[in-house]
Amino acid sequence: MKLKILHLYPNEMNLYGDHGNILTLIKRCEWRGIKTEVIEHEPGDLIPDDIDIIFGGGGQDSNQNKIENDLRKIAPKLKELVENDTPTLVICGLYQLFGDFFETSESEIIQGIHILDITTKAGSNRLIGNVVINTPEFGEVVGYENHSGLTRLGKNSVAFGTIVKGYGNNGEDMTEGAKYRNCIGTYLHGPVLPKNPRIADFLIKKALEKQGKNTKLEHLNDAIETRAHKVAASRPQ
Amino acid sequence: MEKVSILLGKTVQKISRVRGNGGSALPGLVIERTNPNFIKKVLEKLPYGVVVISGTNGKTTTTKMVTELFESQGLKVFTNETGSNFVRGVISAILKKIKISGKFNYDIAVLELDEAHAVKFSEVAPIDYALILNVQRDQLDRFGEIDHTAAYLQKVATATRKTVVLNREDPRVSKITAKNTVFFGLSDALVKKFPSDDDLLSHNKTKASSKKALVTLEKLGDKASYSIDGNNYTTNLKVKGVYNAYNAAGALAVVKTVLPDRNTDELIQSLANIESAFGRGEVFTINGCEVELLLVKNPSAFQLSLASFVDDKHEYMIAINDAIADGRDVSWLWNVDFHSLPIIKMCSGTRATDMALRLKYDDIKTAACIEDLKQAVTKFTSSSKQPKRIFATYTAMLEIRKIISGKSLV
Repeated sequence: MKLKILHLYPNEMNLYGDHGNILTLIKRCEWRGIKTEVIEHEPGDLIPDDIDIIFGGGGQDSNQNKIENDLRKIAPKLKELVENDTPTLVICGLYQLFGDFFETSESEIIQGIHILDITTKAGSNRLIGNVVINTPEFGEVVGYENHSGLTRLGKNSVAFGTIVKGYGNNGEDMTEGAKYRNCIGTYLHGPVLPKNPRIADFLIKKALEKQGKNTKLEHLNDAIETRAHKVAASRPQ
Repeated sequence: MEKVSILLGKTVQKISRVRGNGGSALPGLVIERTNPNFIKKVLEKLPYGVVVISGTNGKTTTTKMVTELFESQGLKVFTNETGSNFVRGVISAILKKIKISGKFNYDIAVLELDEAHAVKFSEVAPIDYALILNVQRDQLDRFGEIDHTAAYLQKVATATRKTVVLNREDPRVSKITAKNTVFFGLSDALVKKFPSDDDLLSHNKTKASSKKALVTLEKLGDKASYSIDGNNYTTNLKVKGVYNAYNAAGALAVVKTVLPDRNTDELIQSLANIESAFGRGEVFTINGCEVELLLVKNPSAFQLSLASFVDDKHEYMIAINDAIADGRDVSWLWNVDFHSLPIIKMCSGTRATDMALRLKYDDIKTAACIEDLKQAVTKFTSSSKQPKRIFATYTAMLEIRKIISGKSLV
């Protein structure tokens, strides 16, 4: 068994320890005897056909500008993969760009790639702090947010979770992130996967299912993960 | 007006000290409100002016080095204490030292200011020289993003009246512009030992910049070799860690800029005897066993600390807190590569489990995980006679220091 993980723009979109998400996928596969190959996609690269998991993180504004053109070029391929139920996790900056558009503070519209039905507007404050959400699929999820963009969900997307602590998409409607097919978009750093291993295992399981391997995922000892999750949930915002 | 302010400030200082407030920010606040020009008027009179030291990592020890280098040349140096590196803190520090008559008996001020506070300082006080060390990922929850931090430092540089001394090898620092700029740098061979923030994440190895530097750190082994103005100087250093040897190059560059005619050999001799600042590589003896306390604030500092301070002679503890001063967000731990570590005897602090979890994903075992620092330190230091090292975030370091001295174990 082998899974190919596509890591979008590891050099440009790598804020807030997002490398930890890739590491979590690799190790949780390795501990179960599943091989992994990480394909680091940089502007100009081609995307192979046989991608099993897609991951993309957040970046600072100046780096975001560097990848926008390339992202639009690979958008049809990414869209096809997501429509085919490829498990996908996009965080912060790439979550916003997977949506319809981002409106800057100067009312300039930056087009997204229309995979998630969300729109984002620049806000005047940064929404920063610990976050706890409730999700229908994974139960309680913990993380840390740091964004100024305010995201609204369109008709065709559902929230990834409901806010228990923190701001989430916009600080108003209690939603956090968006989910469409097997694609999760979220503002949660932390990084999100180590302390929420259920999400990591969901991505791995869906990837294996797509390969036609319906094996049950081997149980791992997640005592440290569970403890770290509980501590994170108990910290002040 | 000045005399009234001094009297007022000193009185407030006394009262707040009597009331047990430590007398830190309140007197500064009172003066800030009643006489906003106070700080400017006092500092403008200094014959050699004001030196500001800023950047993400190494400010405290570098400020100590610059201060002691000036003192070795006979200058009377006014400097702010750690923890008072904001405008009000500087005012309070001035109030402690200034005479009621208004006499402020110093030649030069050397001030450690973090990036955001340095900007605020530049709006109310003169800066003659600035030394900018680096821009690295630190407490992003406070400053937003790393490019904002660089923009703050550009503002400080623009406000600097004479010369700004810049780290040539940090891409965000070396492109800062100012009236006059001077660089300190590394030889090609050493560049890869000092990852800039981008290098740390992309694992690209860069070459030294081709800009001309006043001081470069050429070689680093048991001794450090510097090239200054084209001449070579080799010396022992009491400060530990590769980053301190490099920050010393910045310290030498700023001192040579302010005092260009002083004898470089003398400066190097003085540098050799300077020790690290409080909590930066301090060594305590507890129950007959050596315990070294190492501050880690952000991924690059942690990575460099691991490169300098991991061997098979020591036992290791890591203490991670998430108070505001440490950074609430602990994601940064995932940007550090821990593979060089042996088994970790103890993880502690409010985010002890986050640390243990991070280590697990680098296949490093954690023997024990106790959030309470007192219990953890006691257990760790009484387990064996082997020398020990503790990596700790800022508030964890302060707490551990208190625990060690409170128990009279020092």
